[in-house]
Amino acid sequence: MTAIDCCADGAQCASGSCSILQCAQNCSAQIQSHFISPFGYHFMQNAFLAGTLVAIMAGVLGYFMVLRSQSFAGHSLANVGFAGATGASLFGAPPILGLFAAGVAAACGIHYLGLGTRQTRQNDIAVGAIFTAAIALGFLFIRLAPKEFTVNIYDVLFGNVLGISDANVLITAISAAVLLSLLVVSARPLLFASVDPDVAAARGVPVRALGLGFLILLALTVAVAVQVVGVLLIFSLLVTPAATARYLTPHPALAVGMAVLLAILFTWCGLAVGFYTPYPVGFFITSFAFGTYLLVRGAKLLMARSQRTRLANSVLA
Amino acid sequence: MKPVNSAAGGATGNGETGPVVQVAGAAVRLGGRTIWEHVDLEVWPGEFIAILGPNGSGKSTLIKAILGLLPLQAGSISVLGQPARRGHPEIGYVPQRRHFEADVRVRGRDVVRLGLDGVRWGLPLPFVQRGRARSFEKQVQDVIESVGAAAYADRPIGELSGGEQQRLLIAQALVTHPRLLALDEPLDSLDIQNQQAVAGLIRGIARDTGAAVLLVAHDVNPILSALDRVVYMAGGRVAVGTPEEVVTSETLSKLYGSPVEVLHASDGSVVVVGHPGEEEVFHHDRH
Ligand SMILES: Nc1ncnc2c1ncn2[C@@H]1O[C@H](COP(=O)(O)OP(=O)(O)OP(=O)(O)O)[C@@H](O)[C@H]1O
Ligand SMILES: [Mg+2]
Repeated sequence: MTAIDCCADGAQCASGSCSILQCAQNCSAQIQSHFISPFGYHFMQNAFLAGTLVAIMAGVLGYFMVLRSQSFAGHSLANVGFAGATGASLFGAPPILGLFAAGVAAACGIHYLGLGTRQTRQNDIAVGAIFTAAIALGFLFIRLAPKEFTVNIYDVLFGNVLGISDANVLITAISAAVLLSLLVVSARPLLFASVDPDVAAARGVPVRALGLGFLILLALTVAVAVQVVGVLLIFSLLVTPAATARYLTPHPALAVGMAVLLAILFTWCGLAVGFYTPYPVGFFITSFAFGTYLLVRGAKLLMARSQRTRLANSVLA
Repeated sequence: MKPVNSAAGGATGNGETGPVVQVAGAAVRLGGRTIWEHVDLEVWPGEFIAILGPNGSGKSTLIKAILGLLPLQAGSISVLGQPARRGHPEIGYVPQRRHFEADVRVRGRDVVRLGLDGVRWGLPLPFVQRGRARSFEKQVQDVIESVGAAAYADRPIGELSGGEQQRLLIAQALVTHPRLLALDEPLDSLDIQNQQAVAGLIRGIARDTGAAVLLVAHDVNPILSALDRVVYMAGGRVAVGTPEEVVTSETLSKLYGSPVEVLHASDGSVVVVGHPGEEEVFHHDRH
């Protein structure tokens, strides 16, 4: 890797095999110390800002998604989003718009076909077939897109957190504001409808409308989260933090807070490590998320086992 | 069938003198089939009524119609003087056979709490509404203690046994102090001792608060001593009255449209035999 190859432009750096630090050093004229702060670069500022906002959205919505057993729906939205992102490139529209539009369409499909509920898990195979078709369509769109509009397939699949433009940071901020204010309004009825839909419906909670609204918010979250972790790694922010938080506490408000904190932590650690090493950020975010999940599950299992042995011993004694 | 007006219990001091539920000539059609018709029923404050009948006779359907979840094909249902509607705040409801899946990691206490404020939009302001938050917490704690679920209310509800979950669901239905409790087989996953304990508990709460109770049951043994009246559903028709009036060979034969025999065993239990549905054993400790 020669110095000329390594440029400070985030988008090129991310797909290159040099570290971001190396890129930054080579392009920066006034490097005095050996330690370079990631916050000194505009693309890193954008990455941290957008990454944090996405982590907050994904943490909160992920909690409800896991509670509603709809992680499959979340995955579907991401897969269909792939076709949306590449389809948008046919018209030169921004991928994030295509992602959101396709996600909303998929959300309506899942809702009206009744595929989003616990009872219909057996539809997994049918849905899986449909979403594989969506990915294939997205693949076709990549070939069909005019040269000047082609999207980087790696960016859609794995995210490109270092190449987030100022405009996309703004879009992310607005999305986060919309999502959080809607959730503040609907948190309790949504929790009721998620935990106990029959009673909630009898008590007058609009369970079906909330279900559709939730899927649309999920589509929004997926659309902005794809910038950071891509459609393939989206579960590292959407599912893993929430699933881990659930094992740490059964208290809903605390679990939401913990899911958000974990998602932010994984994102920051991923960005920091990615900055100093030549490896992609998405890999580190996912690995931190997965490692923490394993740790917590393992610790819980060990605790349960030691509790059982203690119980058995006390019974025998 | 004339309902027997035997309003029992302390239904005073709530200003309402009319029936809690009034069903008049009601009929429900589902999937092109009339489930039941010509149903007349009045439920009075403080009354404890069991809804009995074989599988598929429309017991749950009756509960749902009273909750306003199903449209009527004929007749009318009113609850506290108003037409039945979804989301009536004075009804506490426990649906039939529900179990939380093991992966539902939400505390039992939170599930009970949802009965109190789960229908409210927005979030409470953390410091401004301290007083109300505390009173809600106390209400939840009180109802959890009253159903004897305090020991496990802070564990994830998915990890609890069916009977433990059922107690918490009853607490959820009770927490708003409703004037009508609609309980669809709430004793279903409890052992005999717990069935009696929970039935007694529901009876006591109904007496104390003047609430009326409609309780769907398959096994009527544990509740017979608490019962005021029964609603027996079979063959698309309904018989209403005291257990002594309804659970007789004559009434049930008419209902089923085929000969049914009610046998009184020497230990006071009643056995219904010969109907096309299933065997049901009535332990009749009033004799
Ligand atoms: N949505 C529906 N569409 C068509 N038929 C229905 C519907 N819901 C219930 N039914 C039918 O109505 C009948 C009465 O159902 P219901 O659930 O009220 O019975 P039940 O008396 O509660 O039985 P169980 O003791 O098994 O709970 C059944 O034959 C059922 O198949
Ligand atoms: Mg039923």
